[in-house]
Amino acid sequence: MISQLTVFLTNEKGRLAAATRTLANANINMKALFIADTADFGILRIFCDTPERAAAELCEAGFRATLTPVIAVSVADEPGTLADLLGFCEGASMNVEYGYCFCTADGRAIDVLKIEGDQAEAVLAEAGFTILAPEDVYAVDAR
Amino acid sequence: MYFQPEIETMPREELRELQVERLRESLRNAYENVELYRQRFDEAGVTPDDLQSLEDLQKFPFVVKQDMRDAYPFGMFARENADVARIHASSGTTGQATVVGHTASDLKNWGDCFARGIAMVGGTKDSTIQVSYGYGLFTGGLGAHAGGEAMGCTVIPTSSGNTKRQIQMMKDCKTDILCCTPSYALLIADTAIEMGYDPATEFQVSGGIFGAEPCSENMRQEIADKLGLQYCDVYGLSEIMGPGVAMECKERGGLHIAEDQFFCEIIDPETLEVLPDGEVGELVITTLTRECSPMIRYRTRDVTTIIDEPCACGRTHRKIGRLLGRTDDMLIIRGVNVFPSQIEQVITEFPEIATQYQIVLTTRGPLDHVELQVETEPDFPIDEVRALEDLRSRLGAALKSNLQVAVDIKFVEPKTITRSEGKAKRVIDLRGETN
Repeated sequence: MISQLTVFLTNEKGRLAAATRTLANANINMKALFIADTADFGILRIFCDTPERAAAELCEAGFRATLTPVIAVSVADEPGTLADLLGFCEGASMNVEYGYCFCTADGRAIDVLKIEGDQAEAVLAEAGFTILAPEDVYAVDAR
Repeated sequence: MYFQPEIETMPREELRELQVERLRESLRNAYENVELYRQRFDEAGVTPDDLQSLEDLQKFPFVVKQDMRDAYPFGMFARENADVARIHASSGTTGQATVVGHTASDLKNWGDCFARGIAMVGGTKDSTIQVSYGYGLFTGGLGAHAGGEAMGCTVIPTSSGNTKRQIQMMKDCKTDILCCTPSYALLIADTAIEMGYDPATEFQVSGGIFGAEPCSENMRQEIADKLGLQYCDVYGLSEIMGPGVAMECKERGGLHIAEDQFFCEIIDPETLEVLPDGEVGELVITTLTRECSPMIRYRTRDVTTIIDEPCACGRTHRKIGRLLGRTDDMLIIRGVNVFPSQIEQVITEFPEIATQYQIVLTTRGPLDHVELQVETEPDFPIDEVRALEDLRSRLGAALKSNLQVAVDIKFVEPKTITRSEGKAKRVIDLRGETN
């Protein structure tokens, strides 16, 4: 499992800018950022270096930030790899709560999945998927 | 365990008959002996003989605290000085003090009312009761003292203050029942713990009668746990008598009104209409036996409900619910009376929601719009949109069924809601402001 930085934001002008500015001021580099938005709030999902420190900095600045364990699967950056992964999840009756993907510089892609239950990572690894460790994705910080 | 079983468990019908009879007597006492009542009744075109049923009381005018201030000091006394045994006065912090007189019989009834509460926490004549309310013009100390004496307890009149000595007395004299304000009870508990005691296990105290100030559910639990006792909430006000007007039995479903002594109504503070039992409104009290200072339809400004349900304790007297606030805090939203404390009460039933909240009132077209801003507790899984939406809809439904008004819930970031040092500003009313 890897740590995704999750930030709760009210859907108001300037909140996203303020959150990213807080991370910038703390000199924290982001690898990826996604937003799930509703009418009056948004949830930021971020991969960044030193996520523990990032969460602490945001909380200190008055944001509601937390770390969420998610699964990161490394796949080839080519058609069909996500479909294969999700097809397997479906076949194994794993319930995917949300997911997103991004490409990395090495010609590969990372599929990030939040899956219900504790067994998902082990099941995927057993099936031969390449599960990424935290240090593969970002600079890890010890608590 | 009862103090006056024949009164406390009197069949409802019999109790109502007793109330009608005493009510008419009380109206007579007021009409014949107090100029203000005579004038008001005459203006309203009613006489004590017009009262044939409890409902007839609705024809009679209200009195308010200002009437008592205007009559300062003895203008509303129905007895001459020779018959007055004692006077008490309310603190004059919010204006001119108000003075209330008690005859010997009034004082006896007061002691009896409070003694019923002592029985509710398991007290008997074998009990030792420590009165840590202040003694003096304030009714707390002497009211509880009279209760202890009526029951035949050993009374320790420590009054308030000198906390360490209080604790020493409590331990050495084996106090069974402690009477004081909730905040003082907590100070006593914390000080005892600081002194190295565990009052819950090392002290004999098993009952506590606490009142005269608001107390949250959490604080109440904390007091009960730290001191290891049954918490009895007591309601009273100096204008009506003092502590003992209503007291909470161990079933904890509200405070039994001493209905042989007081008749309670709940009114809509705007329309002044009497509301059915169960509805939230202003508590109005009429004294049934008080000789020196009869109060007819006294508007307490306290907001609560009347609970008319059989109680497992066997007492037949109706109960009042927890006090929800003062009428001064009332909001009128789309014609419905809403008290911020009602909203607070709903919020406290949701452990996922932090206790800070803010209500923003605006006008949308012809309608009032209510937005409730709340924060989730730090450990709430904010990552899950579904969990947030689910919480929102459950909270919305609970508020709707409680307030009868639809409320828009907005989750906000921490610290959006200003924390104030003193009294929190919970309501922002922007109605009437042009956008």
